[in-house]
Amino acid sequence: MTVDVAIVGIGMHPFGRHDGVSARQQALHAVRAALSDAGVGWPDVQFAFGGSRDGGDADTLVSELGLTGLPFVNVWNGCATGGSALTTADVTIRSGAFDLGVAVGFDKHPKGAFDADPETMGIGRWYGEVGMMVTTQFFAMKIQRYMREHGISTATLARVAAKAYRNGSLNPNAWRRTPLSEDEVAASRMISHPLTQYMFCSPGEGAVALVLCRADRARRYTDRPVHLKAAALRSRRFGSFEVFAPSLAVERADSPTVDAARAAFEQAGIGPDDVDVAQIQDTESGAEIMHMAETGLCEHGEQEGLIRAGSTEIRGSLPVNTDGGCLANGEPIGASGLRQVYESVLQLRGDAGARQVPGKPTTAFTHVYGAPGISACTVLAR
Amino acid sequence: MTTAVPLAEGLFTWPSAHPALLGSSCRQCGTTTFPAQGSCPRCTAEDMAPRELGRTGTLWSFTVQGFRPKDPYLGPAEFRPYGVGYVELPDGVIVESVLTEDDPDALTIGMPMELVVVPFTTDNPGRALVTFAFRPAAAAVPGAEEPKE
Repeated sequence: MTVDVAIVGIGMHPFGRHDGVSARQQALHAVRAALSDAGVGWPDVQFAFGGSRDGGDADTLVSELGLTGLPFVNVWNGCATGGSALTTADVTIRSGAFDLGVAVGFDKHPKGAFDADPETMGIGRWYGEVGMMVTTQFFAMKIQRYMREHGISTATLARVAAKAYRNGSLNPNAWRRTPLSEDEVAASRMISHPLTQYMFCSPGEGAVALVLCRADRARRYTDRPVHLKAAALRSRRFGSFEVFAPSLAVERADSPTVDAARAAFEQAGIGPDDVDVAQIQDTESGAEIMHMAETGLCEHGEQEGLIRAGSTEIRGSLPVNTDGGCLANGEPIGASGLRQVYESVLQLRGDAGARQVPGKPTTAFTHVYGAPGISACTVLAR
Repeated sequence: MTTAVPLAEGLFTWPSAHPALLGSSCRQCGTTTFPAQGSCPRCTAEDMAPRELGRTGTLWSFTVQGFRPKDPYLGPAEFRPYGVGYVELPDGVIVESVLTEDDPDALTIGMPMELVVVPFTTDNPGRALVTFAFRPAAAAVPGAEEPKE
């Protein structure tokens, strides 16, 4: 017999650049905010999962939070680190092992693109030496082919980015809060053809923590619990086109995004049509477009019309990345997936302020994607 | 010219008048990989045979790298954008490669491409390093000469 899981506390340290504030300090801020939101103390927390790429070991936060002896597991899973911490916390409660726990993600990356090491991923050093160990190239080549196959225009790439900065301007916790026009986005420096600088997110800083508990006890902590209906993580299958791949099969398989989204919807017992607000991985604007269809939120090729019609705007029929996504928030890897859940909880509680999706949304969806071909998705409902 | 050394061993036949990429094929299910690896990513069998891949194919997708990558990139100190693409080979595999062409307007998905070995950089002892790359095949470029033997 399994129990359901609810999110009863959320905490965030604003994303962006915070000179003089360590990643650990940001993580502590987020955890304490989440505990306070749930009205619990650290001694009430029975277990924790946490992760960071460049910010230090999550489990050492206990030296400041309190040495209570709880099991605290470090998670490292690339861009799906936060999603993986959450997925594992979900299973831990669902299994009945513990009743209340914390998932935390935080990071602080230096400026510029990530310096991925080919050898840690089982690829020869030559791959980086010759200049192919660069994530931006993957996204550019994926959207390049996708645009041709599904009729997506470069104008739509710019539209997605302009929406992100517009939504970011409504989010006090976002990094990029200055709206940029489609023309400004399109005219910025070419990074990886056809993608320009402002179509890409940047590595950044920030922290998010969530308090999760058995759903049947959620009202002890809050009168507005958000139910984690499903959390699913998948890695790549043979035939999918993924980042850091020196070669690909000719046959195509569904991406881990397709697999994780399908599993999440199956577990939740609902379909993509039921989603009121979605946060999906927008490493660059093309990724948002492709992931819209891979997650099942629309058909391949439908994005061009949907985006032009404003459907993915906050007041559209399918609001996507209402907090500005990775483009406006940057990507502190450990925290990024949990930011999406944080935003979803705000939207479902009706607490999203100037960027609140109208009509009292009841169902939210989140999706992260990262190297070397992993995806984590959640379905949330109030 | 004989001092030029390959960027890494085991990636392509070198020195050679007609260099080819060195991949592997699964003896059980026929899946081909580049570079060569010890087991099959499709059927999981640990039964891979080395295989020289075909030298021509078609462009599957492409981009142009617009900024200098971080470590361990070894390219010239004065950065110059370069093309990167996936080329579908007749061997049933799509390989990722640097392209000799860095103008996106001169690249089209589906165009014929051919393998070349090109100068890349010099290493610490000052030896010339060469790497594999794909260039638009002669037939795809009007007026281009056949590659010299």
